[in-house]
Amino acid sequence: MSDLIAGLQHDFYQSFLEGDRWKLYLSGIGVTLMVAALALVLGVILGVLVAIVRTLHDQQAEGRKRSAVLGVFNGICQVYTTVIRGTPIMVQLLIMYFVIFASTRNQIGVAMLTFGINSGAYVSEIIRGGIMSVDKGQMEAGRSLGLPYAVTMTNVVIPQAIKNILPALGNELITLLKDTSIVTVIGLRDLTKAALLVQGKTYQAFMPFIGIAIVYLGMVMILSWLMGILERRMRQSDRR
Amino acid sequence: MIDVKNLQKSFGDVKVLNGITEHISKGEKVVVIGPSGSGKSTFLRCLNLLEIPTGGDIIFDGISMTDPKTDINKMRQRMGMVFQHFNLFNNLNILDNMTLAPVKLKLKSKAEAEKDAMELLERVGLQDKAQAYPSQLSGGQKQRIAIVRALAMHPEVMLFDEPTSALDPEMVGEVLNVMKQLADEGMTMVVVTHEMGFAREVGTRIMFMDGGVIAEQGTPDEIFNHPKNPRTQEFLSKVL
Repeated sequence: MSDLIAGLQHDFYQSFLEGDRWKLYLSGIGVTLMVAALALVLGVILGVLVAIVRTLHDQQAEGRKRSAVLGVFNGICQVYTTVIRGTPIMVQLLIMYFVIFASTRNQIGVAMLTFGINSGAYVSEIIRGGIMSVDKGQMEAGRSLGLPYAVTMTNVVIPQAIKNILPALGNELITLLKDTSIVTVIGLRDLTKAALLVQGKTYQAFMPFIGIAIVYLGMVMILSWLMGILERRMRQSDRR
Repeated sequence: MIDVKNLQKSFGDVKVLNGITEHISKGEKVVVIGPSGSGKSTFLRCLNLLEIPTGGDIIFDGISMTDPKTDINKMRQRMGMVFQHFNLFNNLNILDNMTLAPVKLKLKSKAEAEKDAMELLERVGLQDKAQAYPSQLSGGQKQRIAIVRALAMHPEVMLFDEPTSALDPEMVGEVLNVMKQLADEGMTMVVVTHEMGFAREVGTRIMFMDGGVIAEQGTPDEIFNHPKNPRTQEFLSKVL
């Protein structure tokens, strides 16, 4: 028993403390969070834009001439979501880094861009679903008062849509945060890469991998806790 | 005031309105009755272009509603509408529901709009609900608020689309009372309803619609006591 504990202590020392290896993990957490956060921003912006184009296209008044410009944009958006959702994120990352941006060694930039573009496809569908879930009487009521489409959308429909999509959006954020571990394939030193590097030096697998698993779990738990707070705030108008 | 010229509307292959030509003068209280599927609601919704006609035209105060050059939002500000399912903005409290349109359209300052809204709420006895959210109110309360929300825009015409059909029986009276009061003040009204008592008492003209056309119309006495069209007779014998 005491042998086991002593062994674990030794593993722990080697995996985290020796040669200040904890710094490796710490900078890995920094990279992971940075990629996830910037990909999130890009993903939400792209997602909102795509959702708006697709909703605008689908909500064109029946009986009026359909806009050709909107038709083209809608087509582009559909191709985008189909391609992104239809291919693995790892393959997308490899293509972006080794094919499209083969001339750059800016790993972190490519990673952010790839994850942002990837996330945008999923976020757009979540937002579109949220907008469609709002009763169409809400839009009609706004329009019947003389409010323009965009004003009704931003003041009435989207606030209600956001409330409906928060759980799904939280889910997408969690997936995004965890999926960033794939950036190791292009050699970016994120949290997972830190564990791999340490394992390569010490030939110890237990401590580094269990360690980063706990860190990922902790980050996800903080994220869902924050989403919970946001959701409760948004439920304000549901008081009965 | 409103000129309807050969109004037609189809949904796909289904013809709902088969060419309606009609004139509604200022101060009239037109009540539209008829079996379900006869096109009553579609007719009403075409008046403020919530449904886009497939043929014909609506001329409101000399301006063509279907002309692409007409600012439809400006026109709708002059026509209030009340829906069967109230369609209060669920994410806003009652006061914000009433002030959103006047403030966003820059017709009134926020303070002015709130003062007007409170006066209107007082008129329907709901001033204590100003800070409540729609989900906290009964159906009758919601519909009375929907009516004063439309009135906050100072419309010249009020359109009512089965305003009491979604209400519990004991709440129908309170909504009809508000509508009667409005009628007494001289508001031009077009009401689609199944409330024959209201039609008889308040209506200055009754339109009986069947199969997408106005099958018969006249004063309440003519329609309810001496209907000429066999379809009118049959319908009234079932509902009276």
